[in-house]
Amino acid sequence: MSEATTHHGGDRKWTDYFTFCTDHKVIGIQYLVTSFFFYFIGGALAEMVRTELATPDPDFVSPEVYNQLFTMHGTIMIFLWIVPAGAAFANYLIPLMIGADDMAFPRLNAVAFWMQPVGGILLISSFFVGAPQAGWTSYPPLSLISGKWGEELWILCLLILGTASILGAINFVTTIFKMRIPEMDIHSMPLFCWAMLATSALILLSTPVLAAALILLSFDLMAGTAFFNPTGGGDPIVYQHLFWFYSHPAVYIMVLPFFGVISEVLPVHSRKPIFGYRAIAYSGLAISFLGLIVWAHHMFTSGTPGWLRMFFMATTMLVAVPTGIKIFSWCATLWGGKLQLNSALLFAIGFLSSFLIGGLSGVMLAAAPFDIHVHDTYFVVGHFHYVLFGGSVFALFSAVYHWYPKMTGKMYDEFWGKLHFAMTFVGFNMTFLPMHYLGMQGMNRRIALYDPQFQSLNQVCTIGSYILALSTLPFLVSMVLGLVKGEAAGRNPWRALTLEWQTTSPPSIENFDEVPVLWAGPYDYGIDSESEDAGESVEEMLAEVAEVG
Amino acid sequence: MQSSTTNTTVTANYQAAPTEHHGHPDHRMFGLVLFLVAETMIFAGLFAAFLIYKSTIADFSKELELTIPTINTIILVSSSFVMHKGQSAIKNDDVKGLQLWFGITALMGAVFLGGQVYEYAHMEFGLTEHLFGSCFYALTGFHGLHVTAGLLFTLAVLWRSRAAGHYSGASHFGVEAAELYWHFVDVVWIVLFGLVYLL
Ligand code: HEM
Ligand SMILES: [Cu+2]
Repeated sequence: MSEATTHHGGDRKWTDYFTFCTDHKVIGIQYLVTSFFFYFIGGALAEMVRTELATPDPDFVSPEVYNQLFTMHGTIMIFLWIVPAGAAFANYLIPLMIGADDMAFPRLNAVAFWMQPVGGILLISSFFVGAPQAGWTSYPPLSLISGKWGEELWILCLLILGTASILGAINFVTTIFKMRIPEMDIHSMPLFCWAMLATSALILLSTPVLAAALILLSFDLMAGTAFFNPTGGGDPIVYQHLFWFYSHPAVYIMVLPFFGVISEVLPVHSRKPIFGYRAIAYSGLAISFLGLIVWAHHMFTSGTPGWLRMFFMATTMLVAVPTGIKIFSWCATLWGGKLQLNSALLFAIGFLSSFLIGGLSGVMLAAAPFDIHVHDTYFVVGHFHYVLFGGSVFALFSAVYHWYPKMTGKMYDEFWGKLHFAMTFVGFNMTFLPMHYLGMQGMNRRIALYDPQFQSLNQVCTIGSYILALSTLPFLVSMVLGLVKGEAAGRNPWRALTLEWQTTSPPSIENFDEVPVLWAGPYDYGIDSESEDAGESVEEMLAEVAEVG
Repeated sequence: MQSSTTNTTVTANYQAAPTEHHGHPDHRMFGLVLFLVAETMIFAGLFAAFLIYKSTIADFSKELELTIPTINTIILVSSSFVMHKGQSAIKNDDVKGLQLWFGITALMGAVFLGGQVYEYAHMEFGLTEHLFGSCFYALTGFHGLHVTAGLLFTLAVLWRSRAAGHYSGASHFGVEAAELYWHFVDVVWIVLFGLVYLL
């Protein structure tokens, strides 16, 4: 890379996005587009699941295929959609937010990205050898007897994606610690970076444990050992412990980056300083820590002794404290703000309301007696979709709208964006709210055939899911219209204060043509409300700051 | 608040010449430490599984022959000290010393692996005979894989050290990284030896 040339974002050729490019902005967009690709596949599988469940009989697909559908749906949504989508924004934003010109290890970064399509193709190709049927948890002994090659491909895919996410986490932590511009101390760093620190810590500590479980599972499957096979003296519960030691933290790996997104979006679009910067920053770390010690709440029905259930029940409920701190801080940020109800903020508010419900049903599930009642029912399915869809996905869309002008240099189409929000919000609640009731009434999850008394509610869910599927159309329209005839966004259309808005949109190849200057804290909105729209040049901003004092 | 130099220029240099600027090897060392944290957790997962079996399954453990593994342990642990002398040597710009000590380390690593192969060949049980056997091979095998990786790492340093000036007192990231990795493999072995052979 040479210094003197002043490239601008337009200099990237579209072919760069298909190469082993080491520019973190290219990699971020590669991650984003790839994860959306898998989102559409995972979504299509979900629609097939819901179509099957429109009637009580297994008449749309066979039960085996049904098992494959929800297994692949869950796996794709988690490992190829939400986790990489978090990495997409982390890659794109972290260096820009801290004033660096790239990630600490650019080539490692590209390697980690290219593992995504490889893992994804391996997983999807399992449809040709009989896709895995044992659910995204892949519990043995079921996973050992329901189709060997599909299961093995599932394991390989997860090992590859897990390695990629570890490499990504190493990069994020190193970049955040070592590459901030000198004036930016850790407490003037944007909250998204804090969120990625907490996420990366979880990835580094928990993903390898999943690898250990999968290696042993693979031995059982391919070499005839019996680590988890009771007929050979093994113990399936050991798998559950190892699996959930990763997969409980994984729910925070899926949602913490988006907590970070919300902390960026809310202050900008309500023109207010974030409420409780340090509280939000530290509560993320607290969530990470607690997240590591509560895994066995997934095993309340696995013969876990009572005293252990008590421990995991209490610690799980404790997670509500730091999460509540965040939610209250966000609400306080909105309170009395000048809300600009554009698509980005609408999705952020949609996130707040849905995630709140998901969080509350989570506390219900943490209570062992209640969990034992609704274990493996649709209540659980309703709960985790409120967290993952209503939480992560809503915030993800918020992020897409918020940073679209930065990434493309154009404004998206607000009308279609709002329509996208309206359809998503209605479809989402219609699909997943009835599931809570279905679950409490006793409808099992992971079944293609169910008792006819549940039919009408299931049909509500199914119609809701069709609305959800259709909601992707206005989304795509908004994105494409923005690219084709969106107005130029300029450096800083939202008049935001974090560093990524100081450079051109899209940023030049070196990110910043001039040394970025910290002229205010990341969230000092409204401190001098007259000069708020000083978004255009650094000189102007500095002049104003000097005037104010 | 103004600053004249930023990371912008520094990182640009890093990409142009990764080994020449002393500010940067720091990043890579930091990255390696994080990587080893992750590696530690894989082993922690495997050890945890082993310990659960051991504590919940009656007559899980089997007697193991101790002679070869004890010799192996002594070799591996002392190789860490040998390797450290190589690192000290290069800090004094002594490439010959680096080559000597890293060469001995590589040799000791190879002897360790040879010992493990010998041990496997004379084992009374196979991989699938019983759960203890499966655990034994999985744990020692996975560790053996790491020794192999560390050995290749050491050999790569030796190979590169042939180019004049590749490593020097001022620039020796590869040396330090190989050493750190080797220490890691060593420490894991000590834990493994204690759990699987002695406990
Ligand atoms: C169009 C939107 C979606 C619909 C209609 C939908 C529908 C469903 C249904 C009906 C199930 C239950 C299968 C069963 O237990 O029998 C399910 C399972 C699951 N879904 Fe979704 N889902 C959607 C989006 C998502 C998203 C965005 C995520 C994650 C980011 C997700 C993650 C999962 C997971 C992890 C499972 C569990 C799979 C398993 O049991 O192995 N879903 N989904
Ligand atoms: Cu959990």
